[in-house]
Amino acid sequence: MKKLLTAVATSLVILSTPTLADNYQIDTEHTFVQFRVKHLGYSWLNGRFNDFSGNFSYDEAKLGSNSVSIEIKAASVDTHHAERDKHIRSGDFLNTDKHPTVKFVSTSYQAGNNETATVTGNLTFNGVTKPVTLDVVHVGGGEDPWGGFRQGFQGTATLKPAEFGMDLAENLGAAAAEVELTLSIEGIRE
Amino acid sequence: MDKDNTPAGYSIPFILVHWVTAIVVLGLFVLGLWMVDLGYYDPWYNRAPNIHRSIGVLITLVVVARMIWRKLSTMPESPKNHKPWERTAARLTHALLYLLLLLMGFSGYFISSAKGQAVDVFNWFSIPAITSSIENLEDASGLIHEIAAYVLITLTIVHASAAIKHHFVERDNTLKRMLGM
Repeated sequence: MKKLLTAVATSLVILSTPTLADNYQIDTEHTFVQFRVKHLGYSWLNGRFNDFSGNFSYDEAKLGSNSVSIEIKAASVDTHHAERDKHIRSGDFLNTDKHPTVKFVSTSYQAGNNETATVTGNLTFNGVTKPVTLDVVHVGGGEDPWGGFRQGFQGTATLKPAEFGMDLAENLGAAAAEVELTLSIEGIRE
Repeated sequence: MDKDNTPAGYSIPFILVHWVTAIVVLGLFVLGLWMVDLGYYDPWYNRAPNIHRSIGVLITLVVVARMIWRKLSTMPESPKNHKPWERTAARLTHALLYLLLLLMGFSGYFISSAKGQAVDVFNWFSIPAITSSIENLEDASGLIHEIAAYVLITLTIVHASAAIKHHFVERDNTLKRMLGM
């Protein structure tokens, strides 16, 4: 009995001790890795990656220590057009056989005003790793109706794929030189 | 000449279907090889695949009809001078040619329709997609389409070489009867 009480007491202490930074597993059902690129300069072509995983840490009291890491399967690119997706995966574009993974690992989190932040990190894409800066908004966070605890963010960045060795402008025209990336991330606290 | 094949030879309509298929398949092969390397701003970038898809669907329908026709009709007997192994080789080659033609049609259809898009035939009609949920179906289909195309062309060369050999070496009517002579 005494043993049991000690065990209960110990676990209560563990449960009530606030961890310095909470770790969150990315909820793939509520996370979207999207991009858009101009078609001929006349309209936006939207696409997304369907297969990814990742996690982040979030500490409201010490925002500067926040970090995020996400890994994306390049071949899961989806622009809702089979022939185009096949072409994007080929050696003309993503070359997914040779470079199967796209990765972003943050190196710094700089909090701004009104729940905004500037997150810098290394993006590995097309086999090239380069620093990229995301403009991040902390959309919200709190308890969910099913006993979990969630935080959600949106990050945007404008990339020049040519810097990663994939010159879209060369293939598709000058208007396609830049790609806008939007990460809508929701995580469940571990 | 009869409307249908007889034990003695092929009918004119069957001969026509044979040669139309041969010409169309060779045409699609060349068109296919050429179109995949077109630049984005080439006037043929959209047009060439549209033609390739449309003709591909139509010729696949012709192939299916021809296979049914073969089943229903009396097929000509092998020329008397053909050796047993030649008959077996010919029958095997013909079966493989039909199989590859079907494979080309279906794999091509799945490249275009894997994400749910219908395959349009010259704006006359379209073949709806039957699936949109098999991951990377368009890539697997593309690989099959490419490999099957090379095998089909190789086998066509074997098939034609055999006919030409029978015409010039054995001097029999193997080729002549497919020319309606």
